[in-house]
Amino acid sequence: MKHRYLPMTPQDEKAMLDTIGIQSIDELFADIPEKVRFKGEYNIKPAKSESSLTKELSQLAAKNADSNTYASFLGAGVYDHYKPIIVDHVISRSEFYTAYTPYQPEISQGELQAIFEFQTMISELTGMEIANSSMYDGGTSLAEAGMLAAGHTRRKKILVSRAVHPESRDVVRSYALGQSIAVEEIPLKDGHTDLDALKEMIDDNTAAVMIQYPNFFGQVENLKEIEPIVHEAGALFTVSSNPLALGALTPPGKLGADITVGDAQPFGIPEAFGGPHCGYFAVTKALMRKVPGRLVGETTDEDGRRGFVLTLQAREQHIRRDKATSNICSNQALNALAASVAMTALGKEGTKEMAVQNITKTYYMKQQLKAAGFEIAFDGAHFNEIVVKTDSPVKELNASLLQKGMIGGYDLGLSYDEFDNHMLIAVTEQRTKEEIDAFVQEMGATHA
Amino acid sequence: MHKDNQPLIFEMTKEGRVGYSLPELDVPEIDLADLLPEGLVRDEAADLPEVSELDIMRHYTALSKRNHGVDSGFYPLGSCTMKYNPKINESVARYSGFANIHPLQDESTVQGAMELMYDLQEHLKEITGMDEVTLQPAAGAHGEWTGLMMIRAFHEANGDTKRTKVIVPDSAHGTNPASATVAGFETVTVKSNEHGLVDLEDLKRVVGEDTAALMLTNPNTLGLFEEQILEMAAIIHEVGGKLYYDGANLNAVMSKARPGDMGFDVVHLNLHKTFTGPHGGGGPGSGPVGVNKDLLPFLPKPILVKKDGVFAFDYDRPQSIGRVKPFYGNFGINVRAYTYIRSMGPDGLKAVTEYAVLNANYMMRRLQEHFDLPYDRHCKHEFVLSGRRQKKLGVRTLDMAKRLLDFGYHPPTIYFPLNVEEGMMIEPTETESKETLDAFIDAMIQIAREVEENPEIVQDAPHTTVIKRLDETKAARKPVLRYHKAE
Repeated sequence: MKHRYLPMTPQDEKAMLDTIGIQSIDELFADIPEKVRFKGEYNIKPAKSESSLTKELSQLAAKNADSNTYASFLGAGVYDHYKPIIVDHVISRSEFYTAYTPYQPEISQGELQAIFEFQTMISELTGMEIANSSMYDGGTSLAEAGMLAAGHTRRKKILVSRAVHPESRDVVRSYALGQSIAVEEIPLKDGHTDLDALKEMIDDNTAAVMIQYPNFFGQVENLKEIEPIVHEAGALFTVSSNPLALGALTPPGKLGADITVGDAQPFGIPEAFGGPHCGYFAVTKALMRKVPGRLVGETTDEDGRRGFVLTLQAREQHIRRDKATSNICSNQALNALAASVAMTALGKEGTKEMAVQNITKTYYMKQQLKAAGFEIAFDGAHFNEIVVKTDSPVKELNASLLQKGMIGGYDLGLSYDEFDNHMLIAVTEQRTKEEIDAFVQEMGATHA
Repeated sequence: MHKDNQPLIFEMTKEGRVGYSLPELDVPEIDLADLLPEGLVRDEAADLPEVSELDIMRHYTALSKRNHGVDSGFYPLGSCTMKYNPKINESVARYSGFANIHPLQDESTVQGAMELMYDLQEHLKEITGMDEVTLQPAAGAHGEWTGLMMIRAFHEANGDTKRTKVIVPDSAHGTNPASATVAGFETVTVKSNEHGLVDLEDLKRVVGEDTAALMLTNPNTLGLFEEQILEMAAIIHEVGGKLYYDGANLNAVMSKARPGDMGFDVVHLNLHKTFTGPHGGGGPGSGPVGVNKDLLPFLPKPILVKKDGVFAFDYDRPQSIGRVKPFYGNFGINVRAYTYIRSMGPDGLKAVTEYAVLNANYMMRRLQEHFDLPYDRHCKHEFVLSGRRQKKLGVRTLDMAKRLLDFGYHPPTIYFPLNVEEGMMIEPTETESKETLDAFIDAMIQIAREVEENPEIVQDAPHTTVIKRLDETKAARKPVLRYHKAE
């Protein structure tokens, strides 16, 4: 069998069989019982050459409506943002992407230092003292936060706001089931977490209160008012946060959060149909030894030179096995690198400027929709999303927007029974005034 | 490798430098204080770097030079399947129609992506011999937990609530017992016998009415095929338990034995290992899970269905364990794995396994006179040597691993599995040439000789890397996990 990935030649094969002292490769599989041995070849598609496969797959890709071709107003946790071109050049260096977890620090200083820098950037943005090296995504990161809180407080109830991303709430519930943790949802009030309800629901069995900031509807929850309610009951204040928003908003770490999690997708990571993205996990110093996943720490070598290693590994599955509180092994290292490069490119000024642009352009959208006669469902402070009430089903509106080269917003009725004919619209810095005006006009045209 | 320390990006920062080019702000400016509640406008900017684009590129290029990947050199890290990562995968995953699509777009606008996912599932069903596959889990450990949650749901649906235990062999990957704990089970360990295989008598002793599942890797972490797999399946199924396949070692048996035919009820795969999604420095991975028909109702939702040539996500799954991840899995990694499978075809995947196993056996036979070989029989895709002999001379496996760095190699997995003293787990993969294997073998033999003649050179290794051995105790005792600006 000749293939560009398989360097074996018939001569090599013969020489190797001789060394082993066997006649054929089949002998190496003689230990597989006859009854379970697979005979022949898989019934799958035959191999294709490089050219014909790229042709086929580029045609398949072309069947999808992508946000380079269409102006996207769809967010709901995944966003079309400015991705500095340099990001892809850095993560395409194969010394990074063809390496595995940096278990041998002497030949992995590049990856280890990059992660150390990522941890620092996430700490800076969130205002938390400690950040880990990444998690799968924002949703599983929030679920792990719930497990941490239950383990730490030895309590068995989690309160999660209904203004938290519906799919993240689903994942929290799935993980909680394994740990026999009860999950209760805090109702909504004007597109925010209902604080009176929270006060009613919280008790001395509450391990964590989970709030999204900005929340699923784009509204900025007032963490200052929530924090004392949570801490008075002895629960851990757990905030899920779009890290880009923290370029402009006071970070959860400065507002009393014990755990801040989220997804770094807004920093240089493509939408990619929902993954891979990049969960982050940040905590106060008190919780340092309970953090799931890998941590990189600074140390010195025998000559006193600065270097970096994986550290506090006694927390992790490969050491603690069944005593580990998380089973995470592979994480999202390459995407953490992408996010680091994007955060570095944007830097101190750009991160703020980009966050403010999101708020400003969304504000413009809101004003234009109001002027066109639309009702905005929740009129509180927003980040880069707003909810508009529509006369016709969102699915129909989106179909006509698509005709005009636009990907419309998220149909909130899919996740909230009470929000049929409500569209969640995202406006990132990528959207131009012209595109926003066209969007409003098309909505208006359908509206009329 | 570069010997100079590379400064942290924060140490290169200079106020006023920028590395970005944001879109123009073409709408009227607003004052955040008018919009946001008091105290929620950030008053102190996050202290991120201030550097130019060239600064960034030079910094990360310097870091990349201080990192070893498969493209840098041989990487026989056992259990991790560090094979070549084809470049076509990287190109295809970056096609705009795959990279720049949103998971919540109307299904009619992402039929191409859904078709790819569906066809990948079909291919994985055939490869594993299972009845259905979900692509939702993000990595191997995530797949393990997903599979165990389904097993738990299956037993509970049968009113069988006393099944609280998951059995794992003493040689299992650490994620197996950890996943069992996270899924709410208690772990019971079954011993290996003198042949390195699961001890059937011990298995019979530990199974019972409280057994939820047995988790197995086959071949196991010693690289040995569990020959009595059918007997083990019978023992577990007889007491009403389920058999779980950890697919970390699938590279050893493609086209030779399918988990479904061996009696496994649930299977997870590591697409970043066998199917060449790159390891990325630790991730992202992808951990699809296959099930037999007993477990179909419990799959995470949504599941992908095809009706009259149209693909759709089906959320109407009342017995589903729910979501394990937002959206549909690590799609970008799945695109890479699909591209790989389509590049190989059925004969290619068969050759992959045959050459992976041939390479491992060749290395094992050439090295066995220089190191202890605890289990002397044909191995599969990897094998485990013991450094017992060298330890008696005062040189540990860790030292030999560090010495390999001087030869430009990534060392094998060491001190795993736990049932081998001073273990070295070597997995060459099929993409390495005989010349590469020979050169590595020669280096290993030289190191074995050094241990006898000049042990200090091994004990003090590495000598050529950018940095010497690091003080891990110091790192853990006084953890410094982020940079702080010097006052």
